[in-house]
Amino acid sequence: MRGRKRGAAPGTERFADAPLDGALLEIDEVKTQFKTPRGLVHAVDGVSFTLERGKTIGIVGESGCGKSVLSRSIMGLLPSNVVRYGSIRFEGHEIGQAKSSEMRHFWGTQMAIVFQDAMTALNPVMRVGQQIMESLRFHFDVTKEYAEETALALLTSVGIPEAERRMNEYPHQLSGGMRQRVMIAIALACGPKLLFADEPTTALDVTVQAQILDLLQQQQRERYMSMVLVTHDLGVVAGRTDDIAVMYAGRIVERAPTRSLFEHTRHPYTEALLKSIPKLGMPSHSKLDAIAGRPPDLVKPPVGCKFAARCPYAQPKCMSEEPPLVDPDIPGHAYRCFFPVGSQAGTDALARNLAAGETATGLPVRKEGEAVLTGSTV
Amino acid sequence: MLESADTDVGTAIFGAVTGMDERSEEEVFEKRRIGVLAWLGIGWLAFLVIIAILAPVLPLKDPMIGDYLHPKAGIFSPGHLLGSDDSGRDVLSRVIWGARASIVIAVGSVLFGTLVGGFLGLLAGFKGRTTDSALSGVFNIFLAFPQLVLALTLVSVLAPQATSGGVKPGEWAHRIGVVILAVGIVSIPVLGRITRASALSWTQREFVMAARAQGATDKRVMLREVLPNVIPAMLSIALLGVAVVLVLEGALAVFGVSIQEPNPSWGNMIYSQLSNLDSAPAVWIVPSILIFVSVLALNYLGDVVRARFDVRESAL
Repeated sequence: MRGRKRGAAPGTERFADAPLDGALLEIDEVKTQFKTPRGLVHAVDGVSFTLERGKTIGIVGESGCGKSVLSRSIMGLLPSNVVRYGSIRFEGHEIGQAKSSEMRHFWGTQMAIVFQDAMTALNPVMRVGQQIMESLRFHFDVTKEYAEETALALLTSVGIPEAERRMNEYPHQLSGGMRQRVMIAIALACGPKLLFADEPTTALDVTVQAQILDLLQQQQRERYMSMVLVTHDLGVVAGRTDDIAVMYAGRIVERAPTRSLFEHTRHPYTEALLKSIPKLGMPSHSKLDAIAGRPPDLVKPPVGCKFAARCPYAQPKCMSEEPPLVDPDIPGHAYRCFFPVGSQAGTDALARNLAAGETATGLPVRKEGEAVLTGSTV
Repeated sequence: MLESADTDVGTAIFGAVTGMDERSEEEVFEKRRIGVLAWLGIGWLAFLVIIAILAPVLPLKDPMIGDYLHPKAGIFSPGHLLGSDDSGRDVLSRVIWGARASIVIAVGSVLFGTLVGGFLGLLAGFKGRTTDSALSGVFNIFLAFPQLVLALTLVSVLAPQATSGGVKPGEWAHRIGVVILAVGIVSIPVLGRITRASALSWTQREFVMAARAQGATDKRVMLREVLPNVIPAMLSIALLGVAVVLVLEGALAVFGVSIQEPNPSWGNMIYSQLSNLDSAPAVWIVPSILIFVSVLALNYLGDVVRARFDVRESAL
């Protein structure tokens, strides 16, 4: 690579002979457990999905459902008190049990990550230009001038005005949105094939959120990257991802193409997430539909369906037996529920619970809730 | 009156909403401005170093040869501006020549302690686990000894045949080397622990993981990401350390293991006149004041360094 001075961004020339389709990332029954004094925390509990080249997948769920741990498990960026099982294949290479020293060859050049809070994810005492040049210089044998040029081009491409001046500034001199753009520039510097965005907009205000998401989407398309977009906000992934996986208590409860997930929501948890988003048409002071209760303790996850305790559809069967992740009615639209939303079984189950005033797990359901709980989605 | 109050509230609110960056910049500026006292401190230390370097060319009396006609002269006596000791040696001359020994010992031992202790502390804080337990254990064992006793022991171990009359330059340098090594070793655990604590907290920051996620090696992360953040804490402690060693050298001199008579150091000037506290006060008062002022100056300089290099927290 020495001697290359101009041309495509470093690393991207690999794409010339890379296949344009097929699976980039295949993960199968990935389990991640933390050893803690209380016992094993089953943070990720058997997750499988396949991500094709140039596609994006959104991973959605509440805090503590394992979505961030999943993305860090795939990258191998976890502390040492962790046990990992399952298979993670990146371009056909098995990296599920790879050590840090082996993963180092993938980090930066093959896969990169954008963290939630750019203030803490940037080194406070290093100029931003320097931070972008860092990884370029240690992955590729390039001159300082070349690295500088590339860093400048990257900053410009992520929409930072006066990039030349910003190169010499410290992170605290930039606004929140600008910092996140710098983070993205750093992640993109070595031309990764797979980008993880771990709640990239949670720390930003709403107007900047859309800009950052648009930027990520634009870069993903231009570079033909695959992207895993982790978020707790279904609104963020709507229209921006090819597929969505909804996670609950360390497992995928519903996985479908984005459009299908919104149009034919099957899992009660997904439905509840959608209900909890405030809508513009609502009169002011409307009460938001929060999901009752909390996610289960991941040290001792409940038998049966993990969501049963909070589910208005719950039946006795849900407490003893866990539904499998299958796609019986729409191909490619998989879910983990015996009484799915929009099906005859689901409607009957809800009607039974409403008549009884409570679900099989003892969660009270009232008639007033009927319109909210059974209404059509989106 | 009412109007002005209104405007104030208005500006306050306006400022709170829009003035985020401006305010923090002001704060940074405020933090970075060096106060009068700090300037005086810096000036004093610079003056001291220059005088000590220029000692051979300054028109001073020989610090080791007594003027037997004027022993125990008071301050401002003719011929002895700062007085003389019981053998008539000029205090001004001895204090300036003594500054060389005191400064070299103080700076040298802290430099040694900072390099070794800083490196070990960085390693302990960054690597964690067994490395950390082992190094912290060693630090704790060393810290359990009273510093003075440890320094005394080290000097006697390192230089068993303590000569009392080290007049030759070679012996002077050897003695200084021994004291630097001994006091340096004493300061290793102090600097090591400070660096370890700071490195530990910085290592757990997200930007360290971000650097790893970009494929940086451990060594690179440690030196490029963690070290620059740890340096301000190390520097300010090191400056305080210089002050502590100035005093510690005096204490070693009291036990007769620092620079030996007739060579002067601030510490042994005070020690050698313990029997003349009343009759020749200038001899111990002058170096005491010098130690006092220098320690004060170093403390102020430490504050300046901390504020100056801390680009982060002020603006977060």
